[in-house]
Amino acid sequence: MEAIADRMIPPDPETPGGKDAGCALFVDRQLAGPYGHREGHYNRPPFMHGTKQQGEQGEAGPAQQYRTALAALDHHCQSKFSGKPFAELPDGDKDAVLHDLEGGKVSLGSIEGKAFFEQVLKDIQTGFFADPLYGGNRDMVAWKMIGYPGARYNYLDWIDRHNERFPLPPVGLTGRIDWTPKG
Amino acid sequence: MARKLPRKDVVIIGLGWTGSILANELTDEGLDVVAIERGPWRDAPTEFPPNYQQDELRYRIRHELFLQPEQNTFTFRNKMDQTALPIRTWGAFMPPNGVGGGGVHWNAETWRFLPSDFVLRTHLTERYGANFLPEDMTIQDWGVTYDDLEPHYDQFEYLCGTSGTAGNLRGVIQEGGNPFEGPRSRPYPNPPQKQGFGHTLWGKAARELGYRPFPQPSGNMSQAYTNPLGLHLGPCTYCGFCEWFGCGNYSKASPQTTILPVLIRKPNFSARDNCEVTHINLDRSGKRATGVTFIDTSNVEWEQPADLVILAAFSVFNVQMLFNSGIGKPYDPVTNSGVVGRNFTHQTMSSVDGFFDKEKFNFNPFIASGAIGMCIDEFNGDNFDHGPLGFVGGGYLGQVQTSGRPIQNTLVPPGTPKWGAQWKKAVADNYLSTLVGGSIHASFYSYRDVYLDRDPTYTDRFGRPLMRMTIDFHDNELKAAQFLTDKYAEIVKSMGARQIAKKPRKGPYDIAPYQTTHLNGGAIMGPDPNTSAVNRYLQSWDVPNVFVMGASAFPQNAGYNPTDTVCALAFWSAAAIRNQYLKNPGPLVDA
Amino acid sequence: MRRQSKTSVVLIAACTIAGCCGAFVARANAAGPDEQKFSEIERGRYLAAAADCFACHTVQDSGKPYAGGRPLETPFGSITSPNITPDQETGIGSWTDDQFDTAVRKGIRPDGSHLYPAMPYTSYTKMSRKDVLAIRAYLNTVDPIRNSVTVNTLPFPFNIRTSLAVWKKLYFKQGEYKPDPHQSAEWNRGASLVEGAGHCGACHTPRTFLGGEKASRYLQGASLQGWFAPDITNDDKTGLGKWTTDDIVAYLKTGHNRFSAATGPMAEEVVHSTSNLNDDDLKAIAIYLKSVPGKNTSPEPLPATDPQMVAGEAIYRDTCSACHGLDGKGVARLFPSLAGSAVAQSNDPTTAIRVILRGARSVATSAEPTAPGMPSFAWQLNNDQIAAVTTYIRNAWGNSASKVSPSAVKKRKADLKNRPD
Repeated sequence: MEAIADRMIPPDPETPGGKDAGCALFVDRQLAGPYGHREGHYNRPPFMHGTKQQGEQGEAGPAQQYRTALAALDHHCQSKFSGKPFAELPDGDKDAVLHDLEGGKVSLGSIEGKAFFEQVLKDIQTGFFADPLYGGNRDMVAWKMIGYPGARYNYLDWIDRHNERFPLPPVGLTGRIDWTPKG
Repeated sequence: MARKLPRKDVVIIGLGWTGSILANELTDEGLDVVAIERGPWRDAPTEFPPNYQQDELRYRIRHELFLQPEQNTFTFRNKMDQTALPIRTWGAFMPPNGVGGGGVHWNAETWRFLPSDFVLRTHLTERYGANFLPEDMTIQDWGVTYDDLEPHYDQFEYLCGTSGTAGNLRGVIQEGGNPFEGPRSRPYPNPPQKQGFGHTLWGKAARELGYRPFPQPSGNMSQAYTNPLGLHLGPCTYCGFCEWFGCGNYSKASPQTTILPVLIRKPNFSARDNCEVTHINLDRSGKRATGVTFIDTSNVEWEQPADLVILAAFSVFNVQMLFNSGIGKPYDPVTNSGVVGRNFTHQTMSSVDGFFDKEKFNFNPFIASGAIGMCIDEFNGDNFDHGPLGFVGGGYLGQVQTSGRPIQNTLVPPGTPKWGAQWKKAVADNYLSTLVGGSIHASFYSYRDVYLDRDPTYTDRFGRPLMRMTIDFHDNELKAAQFLTDKYAEIVKSMGARQIAKKPRKGPYDIAPYQTTHLNGGAIMGPDPNTSAVNRYLQSWDVPNVFVMGASAFPQNAGYNPTDTVCALAFWSAAAIRNQYLKNPGPLVDA
Repeated sequence: MRRQSKTSVVLIAACTIAGCCGAFVARANAAGPDEQKFSEIERGRYLAAAADCFACHTVQDSGKPYAGGRPLETPFGSITSPNITPDQETGIGSWTDDQFDTAVRKGIRPDGSHLYPAMPYTSYTKMSRKDVLAIRAYLNTVDPIRNSVTVNTLPFPFNIRTSLAVWKKLYFKQGEYKPDPHQSAEWNRGASLVEGAGHCGACHTPRTFLGGEKASRYLQGASLQGWFAPDITNDDKTGLGKWTTDDIVAYLKTGHNRFSAATGPMAEEVVHSTSNLNDDDLKAIAIYLKSVPGKNTSPEPLPATDPQMVAGEAIYRDTCSACHGLDGKGVARLFPSLAGSAVAQSNDPTTAIRVILRGARSVATSAEPTAPGMPSFAWQLNNDQIAAVTTYIRNAWGNSASKVSPSAVKKRKADLKNRPD
């Protein structure tokens, strides 16, 4: 997952990549919780395939899907790249595999490759931009990258200031470094 | 075997906007009222305080404040010849749950419908001829007029402290307001909200193109306000965590901020939360309700006897309750007979993203409120000549971007890869200079093959059939969507956008992407009991001591958000109950 | 003689209807001043509200008014309030009027033992016998409730009541309120209420280590029950200096005014006591309080560059300003003003720290039903941060007060651990 995260959001000199931003950690935690088990969803049978417009109808929740799909992905890589799992491939090959997945050219057994790719991309990007307390967006690196001031509640003194850069650093739900007195 | 509780004068099913309004009106009348709410009690400082409700993941992505499909959901199909499958997780709409209902998480966009909306079939037929309308379009007149409802729109807007600029004061068009709106008797209770850079620029561009833009009417307070019940609201601080979220600083109109603190002090009011009403009970004749049956969290069944039943659950749940209680003849699309489930509608939403030069444009999208924005109404309802266009209906166009929350608002221009280094750079380069979405908020008229009924296969946890939605877009709505999207794009272009992504609504109707929770119809009001479930006072034609609130009463949807109209109807119905029904219980309108 | 006043009323009514009432009427008349008289009972009800008998003598939400059993915190341990309903065996139904008056105004029970000054007879002594007997008349009409209360709950050596004789010599000045001829009738009325029935000093005056009120610091604020009851002298910083008499009246009557709101123990006080007093009396109280001079010490505000102020300002902007405003002025009747606030500038910052840790719900009254609440920040801010933001609100916008240390916050947390409310 860290390898996937670092290709979907590669590191650059200004901003860490998906791995160091904690995106894999985020996804792991989410999958361990209610999201991973589709808690609260309507999980009753019969499970039938429908039209695209009828949405997700599968029985397995994301946690189960990830386990099956990631294992299948490694299996695919090993058979295609002389026994190397995804994480050990050079970046160029990793990207090629991901492009193939995205294009629907890779089969992951019972899991549809394209749909899985879209799920992972969504989850990784979600982790990148969510509040750091969930494990991703470590040190608010994503928010700093885009200029988003975070979990603020009061812009009354800024609504009339048009076309000006908002100067304050981002703050998460658990605060920012300036909240602690220096010295 | 349900245990029987002591009798109450009134039982109200659901304690959202209409439940709270009816409870307050009827307790003022001296009646003993109990409200039964399926979801939990919700209280602003404890449930959504302004120190952790700014959490996009928790409230927008994982929808913590909403109903869980496990508790109740629907099945869906586009066409009658398909098999409907369950909506296993929400997408196109997101039903509320808990005290306050949708009033907790709404944006507070507070629009009146047009006078012509209420007499739609008559009006369009007169103007364009009956043949102009598609044969299977089942739009109807409402049975009430804008003039009937005007005092009640006013009542709701003053309850809420709606912030806006009047466009039509007693027939005189006012500069800066909506010149198309119906006449209002007095100005808004609060001046309009302030606008951000993007909203202001869009308004300027619209004006230069010859339109008459105006600030969106907003239930977020533009200043501190005390409502007629003596409740205080604070000024909105443009936090950008409005729709999907509860408001933490008392600045969004909701039942919590405008009614409940007064209501709960009344000795003749009580409420039960976390109790689900399963059906309205009828006497042997089937023409009189004796009360309701509900189930508590221990799965114990109770009977609440009452003389008057107000059905105030969310629109589609109202329809479900009527099905489950055997009130009204279910609609059959094949024979075009029956009323319950007829004229089900949603909203036709399109959007346009505008990408601007980051050196010249900084929109600070995170500074916004739920109902901020500049709008034009030139293309709503029948405000323009449809003759040459080949469709009816329309919607408001508005630059109403309400947030810069990054999980959902980090767009990249069309053609940019969706991941990788280029994606990352494009996100960083575009976030502050992109106008996301824009609102093209168009009507969804009613059709013979768009309806609600009971699913034959899937059941809820009580073993009752889920409601089945059969819904698809018709050409009329899709044509309108394309037309409106093109008009909107012109404005964005004239603002100086570098690149534009037009996203007109396309069919088939897809259950996955979110498209507002403005679900309407299914228990519509009207002058004719053969084609409506309730009369002009929202009283059931079949069971006169049952009144059905909510957008389930809309015979078709207009090009506006529904809440102002839903609540005006609630006040209108409450007045009829207080002034007419209670004095002489029975049908208020001859069938 | 059995004194089932309530029953007598019923019997008299019944007998009048039946036409044979002589003996019963005669017995009622023989009891002395007619405690059955409507106006007497009404006056007693009003004075009982002023004296707030209900608060201490009723367990909250028990549905048993005046039946006692409420634990009262004292510096020496917990005391339980007795049952003052007219129940014969477990209440005070069998007491004579004299016994009642002696208890309330002299602190002596019928058996001759002393009452602990948790019963504020040091204030009630200023009431007149007539007023006290009116309260008695009212109390005789409330439901007699059988509720046996163990009143001796203090640990050794405080359970020895005879030691109170010494305490009383030090701290109890018996005697009715004597009007000051140099002051207006209105001022005197206010003084008699504040010093007498209202017993405001019982909470708002600090105490010596022996538990007596410190006369030299009268109404200057005191610590109790995990709160700091603020200074209610006319001190400009820590007291009522910035409030008009109208502000004080609004606060006492509705629980809210344009600056502040009642919460905690004062919320209870407003609901059961001052919201039931008439406007003239509330105005009199306000006039009196405004005349009590404050210490008027004006410490220098902390400079904005102090590290606690810098951090506090950041926290304030990010988490507090959306309600309390960047200018600290809040929103009238909704979010209390911190700028110029007595609570913010109290010598003892207990209340501010407590409210940040626990949140607070302001009182709901019919006149002011909104009852806005503040959330808890204990999960979000650590001790250093709470100390910083508390220091900031005490010294921003022209405020000035002492710094707050992280260890003070830690102490407050430890104390609150044992407090469920």
